[in-house]
Amino acid sequence: MNTSLDIKKTYKLYIDGKFSRTESGRYIQWVDSKNNQTINFCHASRKDFRNAVQASRNAFNNWNNFSGYNRGQILYRIAEMLDSRKEQFISELILQGKSKKKSIQEVKQSIDRLVYYAGWSDKFQQIFSRVNPVSTPYYNFSSPEPTGVVSVIAPKNSYLLGFISVIVPAVVGGNTVVVLASEDNPLCAISFSEVLHSSDVPNGVINILSGYCNELAGHFSSHMDVNAVINCSSDLKDSELIRKNSSLNVKRVFDYESIDWTHVDSQDPYLIMDCQEVKTTWHPIGY
Amino acid sequence: MSENSKAKKNSSMSWKYSNALESIEHISISPVYKLFIGGKFVNPISKKYFHSSNPANEKKLAKIALAGKSDVNKAVLAAKSAYDNIWEKIDPKERGKYLFRIARLIQEKSRELAIIESLDGGKPIRESRDIDIPLAAAHFFYYAGWADKLDYAFPGRKASSIGVAGQIIPWNFPLLMAAWKIAPALASGNTVVLKPAESTPLTALKLAEIIQEADLPAGVVNIITGDGTTGELLVNNPNVDKIAFTGSTKVGKMIINSLAATKKKYSLELGGKAANIICEDAAIDQAVEGIINSIFFNQGHVCCAGSRLYVQESISNQIISKLHSRMDHLILGDPLDKNTDIGAINSKAQLKRIKMYLDIGKKDGGEIYQSKHSIPKKGYWCAPTLFTDISQSHRIVQEEIFGPVLAIQSFRTIDEVIAKANNSPYGLSGGVWTDKGSKIFQVSKKIRAGVIWANTFNKFDPTSPFGGYKESGIGREGGLEGLSPYVNIVNRN
Repeated sequence: MNTSLDIKKTYKLYIDGKFSRTESGRYIQWVDSKNNQTINFCHASRKDFRNAVQASRNAFNNWNNFSGYNRGQILYRIAEMLDSRKEQFISELILQGKSKKKSIQEVKQSIDRLVYYAGWSDKFQQIFSRVNPVSTPYYNFSSPEPTGVVSVIAPKNSYLLGFISVIVPAVVGGNTVVVLASEDNPLCAISFSEVLHSSDVPNGVINILSGYCNELAGHFSSHMDVNAVINCSSDLKDSELIRKNSSLNVKRVFDYESIDWTHVDSQDPYLIMDCQEVKTTWHPIGY
Repeated sequence: MSENSKAKKNSSMSWKYSNALESIEHISISPVYKLFIGGKFVNPISKKYFHSSNPANEKKLAKIALAGKSDVNKAVLAAKSAYDNIWEKIDPKERGKYLFRIARLIQEKSRELAIIESLDGGKPIRESRDIDIPLAAAHFFYYAGWADKLDYAFPGRKASSIGVAGQIIPWNFPLLMAAWKIAPALASGNTVVLKPAESTPLTALKLAEIIQEADLPAGVVNIITGDGTTGELLVNNPNVDKIAFTGSTKVGKMIINSLAATKKKYSLELGGKAANIICEDAAIDQAVEGIINSIFFNQGHVCCAGSRLYVQESISNQIISKLHSRMDHLILGDPLDKNTDIGAINSKAQLKRIKMYLDIGKKDGGEIYQSKHSIPKKGYWCAPTLFTDISQSHRIVQEEIFGPVLAIQSFRTIDEVIAKANNSPYGLSGGVWTDKGSKIFQVSKKIRAGVIWANTFNKFDPTSPFGGYKESGIGREGGLEGLSPYVNIVNRN
């Protein structure tokens, strides 16, 4: 007999730069669209989320101080890594039920999107900063700074492109994120953590969970050390809960549910600005 | 020591100023104010009224209509119809011209407005005359110019108006806050229902008269007076598309909650507990003057007030003794006197709240210093107050007091003071005093707050964005950023 057994991969969460199992020990059994391959994803819990937020907060102070140039290079590095693994992501998308043509297109667009935002890393600040012409003898300027830790509920139906499109604008702006992958098809997002892991992204900047939205949306929006929530869930109950919980510590909430990520107009620096705070600094002029 | 005894000696000297009262003869306040809806002053369907009074002598100034549910609904429908039929369609440059007109009328009536502001709210005439009213006019003038230039404000995208903006403003800068709200909303093509604060409605109602005089199309701006219930009705009205609120973090959170099931947009300007950091290499006398301004401006009724003072240890005693001396020379009294530095506390309720915090501060072990003033018998007053011997966990360090009460702590290293400054749920403003440029950039970058004043404090300008990080709010007012809360970006797929 000359056959060799397949080596099946164990898929885990990605928290603080480590591939860890859920502390809950739970799993979600996923069967591919042709019903011949089964994967057990981690069923992330509230505790996993809290660990991820802690990692994000620690990472924020560091990532926020990276220069735009440096963040841009790291994002470009992610694009390079994704490009070198594109066959893997194409076959994963096919496994999740997309046509070959569409899968090839989606991976190509995903790489392009990373490159697009990589290029903004040291430019959006210039577009959105100003020296304000005040009418008194003072000098002041306004410029954007990242909001902080952002929790993200990624799109259900755009497993790779949508996933990348919602996290990268926040990350390029210096925020750190905890993101819930598409609950129906988390495969690409979980695999993407391997891309991140080989891209010099500091630990904790991007944390990826697989799990259920209706279980985690409440925690994503009520955690007191999260500054903003990006919500792509189309479930009105989730959206309302998120908006309600955001009042606890005045989280910024962004609803990206209706954006078509395959469209070129779905990328713009205004999405970066959603998770930015404008700071104005004053100083007197005189001798 | 010599510094100390000198200060004490100075403080015992009595300074006499002749009265310099602003004349109130030429101003006009109606005995009754109705609701301004659809371009007319109309009787409230609620048939209810309340009084606005002068906090400096507790005398009633005017009877004010209290808008109930039907009134709020009527005002919102007037705004909606004005939006659908006129304001959304009008040539943007014409929108701008109306705003220019309003700016000019505010300038023309600035003396009257300043006096009424001081009568109604208790703030010193020097401040209403030199700050509130000129800035209000400047705000309209600034946003007027944006009306036909919005394409330049949002490069690469098209910005469109939202619809009816429900706006709720506080009592600390009544006319100025009305200007901050109305000007950008109108410039970007929205119509407005504005609710002024219960204790300070008069200048907003004078603004309604100005709006009439400017021939602004009926319903574009509606001004409805009332209390918290009126505000709540406005927030929950189904025909309001956007809420803009300035006030406490507590109410801001309630607003977020009640909008959760809707698609309404909101922008919030909430509370603060700003850290004002004095480094040992600062220009001491300028810093002392800056501290006085940071906390006693407008009786400390300022969301961005520098209410937490951090002084580097080596200069701490010197700063505190100079502060005592300076505080004793502040003039507290009639808001209409041009010499007055410290006016009246805005309302009885606010005075009660401040006194509660004075008690808490003392009970928690803080050392209190209050400047020596004779306090007028009538009205609501609070002498400028310092607390020392306190730490980060004290309630008077953590919570917003909104009064002339300063909590002083010392620090040794810059890293330590940055950690302390950021140890707050708020993030509206901050201050740093040093003669070293590199330190200014480092500290101002690390403080997580929307406005940083370096070697100055409490400066405002219509061109400059203002607003908070964290629980101090969402969105900016002023400057180009001030347009964003009033537009939707539309051509994104």
